[in-house]
Amino acid sequence: MRLGVTGIGVIAPGLAGWPEARDILRGAAGYAPAPLPKIVPAWLPARERRRATRSISMALGVAEEAMATPERARGVPAVFACSGGDTDVIDTLCCTLLAPERPVSPAQFHNSVHNAPAGYWSIAIGDLAPTVSLSAYDASFAAGLLEASGMLADGGKEALLVAYDVPAPPAIWPFRPLNAPFAVGLALAADPAAGASLAFRLARDRAEDTMDDPELERLRTGNPAARALPLLQALALERPGEVVLPYLPGQALCLEHAPA
Amino acid sequence: MEPLLFSHVTLVSCLGRGLGVHRDALLADKSGLSPCDFEDARLSTWIGRVAGVEDEPITGPFAAFDCRNNRLARLALECDGFAEAIARAKERYGSDRIGVFVGSSTSGIEHTERAYKARGGDTGPLPGWFVYRTTHNAFAPADFVRAWLGLDGVTTAIATACSSSAKVFAAAHRAIGFGLCDAAVVGGVDSLCLLTLYGFNALELLAPEPCRPWDVRRAGISIGEAAGFALLERDRGAGGIGLIGFGESSDGYHMSAPHPDGAGAGLAMRAALDRGGLDPAQVDYVNLHGTGTRANDRVEDRAVVEIFGTDRACSSTKGAFGHTLGAAGIVEAVVGHLAIAWGFLPGTANATTLDPELRARVIERATPAAPAVVLSNSFGFGGSNCSLLLARLER
Repeated sequence: MRLGVTGIGVIAPGLAGWPEARDILRGAAGYAPAPLPKIVPAWLPARERRRATRSISMALGVAEEAMATPERARGVPAVFACSGGDTDVIDTLCCTLLAPERPVSPAQFHNSVHNAPAGYWSIAIGDLAPTVSLSAYDASFAAGLLEASGMLADGGKEALLVAYDVPAPPAIWPFRPLNAPFAVGLALAADPAAGASLAFRLARDRAEDTMDDPELERLRTGNPAARALPLLQALALERPGEVVLPYLPGQALCLEHAPA
Repeated sequence: MEPLLFSHVTLVSCLGRGLGVHRDALLADKSGLSPCDFEDARLSTWIGRVAGVEDEPITGPFAAFDCRNNRLARLALECDGFAEAIARAKERYGSDRIGVFVGSSTSGIEHTERAYKARGGDTGPLPGWFVYRTTHNAFAPADFVRAWLGLDGVTTAIATACSSSAKVFAAAHRAIGFGLCDAAVVGGVDSLCLLTLYGFNALELLAPEPCRPWDVRRAGISIGEAAGFALLERDRGAGGIGLIGFGESSDGYHMSAPHPDGAGAGLAMRAALDRGGLDPAQVDYVNLHGTGTRANDRVEDRAVVEIFGTDRACSSTKGAFGHTLGAAGIVEAVVGHLAIAWGFLPGTANATTLDPELRARVIERATPAAPAVVLSNSFGFGGSNCSLLLARLER
């Protein structure tokens, strides 16, 4: 099937929002990683905003950018793809479990679930539309795109895909060495004429695309959500073509794209 | 929707290993809960612990996956001829055309808890035996099942707290409909760990005695562990029991408390009925999420009565299994399957005096019956709701 891309959100070092990212990806501006600004999800009520962790904030930040307004977001099912959840909170909790009496904080506990950002998103837009939170490790972006497409193929008109990952704290980092945080949001529509259009198939004989810029390539391989970069570049360049994104080992997602 | 046949099913829990054991336990209103003796937890609570997990490590080519969570999954995969059924399915479809969708909430975090304990203080490296990708990481349960069964198709881990292994059915249906696979292994696994015991304790949601859903004295949950799987295939028109509907929704209210008016729960149930093309009157039995917390049971009661009235047979089986969190969806789907297959309504273990303020018709003891259509609810932390509709399929 073909589907349409109607909105994009990006947050990564040096890619603070789609307008900046688009200019860099089409070569109109150079890429240099810069520290992330503090992200404050504007649509969250005060209590949840206070409790939001960095991964929650990044996931909601790109969702907000992709959907533009809460009204547009209501009724749209959402897929949250993250390879490993919030390892900062897990680290804190594992240390707390070693303290006498094990004083686990309720807010930390509910922030530790893999679906915390999805839960905060539903609260932010005050909506009952379903969400799913998934992982396929390094294949999480492609897995999320497949799941969102499945929702559209099943009769949905729109779906939101949010893919995000944040590097782990020092204790866990050697076992999962992500080199940068990254979040991307794609608002998708079943109508391919609604925006840039995508059609895709899974293949076993294709090598994944790489980025020409060495820093962007470092970002792409350093964070599972950043595997989306070749697709984002295709959307930025607004030329028809095909990108190949990695899926599970030995498999790739070939995306044929055309501009709006 | 096009039904999906449950062509093979398996379950391991505190009640034992395999479908036969579970059928007998449910018919006898057994509870598998016992006082918490997990690690050095000092909590007044009961748990649903699977016996013998400590004695069955994963060795050989899959040793990197060894952790309590994957051991539990392996126990289930080895029950009821499930692995053999998958081998036959591979012949029929090809190993690359069978999807894997596994739900879990905490995956192998117990492995990480032990690593932090071995480290001692708050700083410094974790011990050399710590792995992460194949144990604690959220994808590990799905990755393990895929590797163990020798499958090579679309594979996804779903982690939506207590609805995880109900939502895998929805994901599998979409993937089959979309042509990504022709059949799917769906299921879930969650294992005891200190995080959930102390986390739910911090939320004051742990009952000091075995949980008693819908009871006037109910005081919270009893955490359990379990693993269960089903092989789903397209309905062949040869009868059997299948998934005929599902519904999903969010609460959009609070991260750890359900919306008081149950709108999200109601939406999930209605969506399942709509997708299955059924009226509420056509459902014979509702397996409640029924955790035994004051809030869940009150909210769910309201939502269920609003849709089904006060005469529809309902029960919660969490007094038998405990709340198996990410595995609750598959546990209760298997319970629904057993109810249809063996002709009975499961009871509500541990409930002695039903709360007079709750109006759903809750069945307390297992009762012979002939349910043909079952609805199963799973309402998760963070407001993630999923209802599954199971039914006898026509020949």
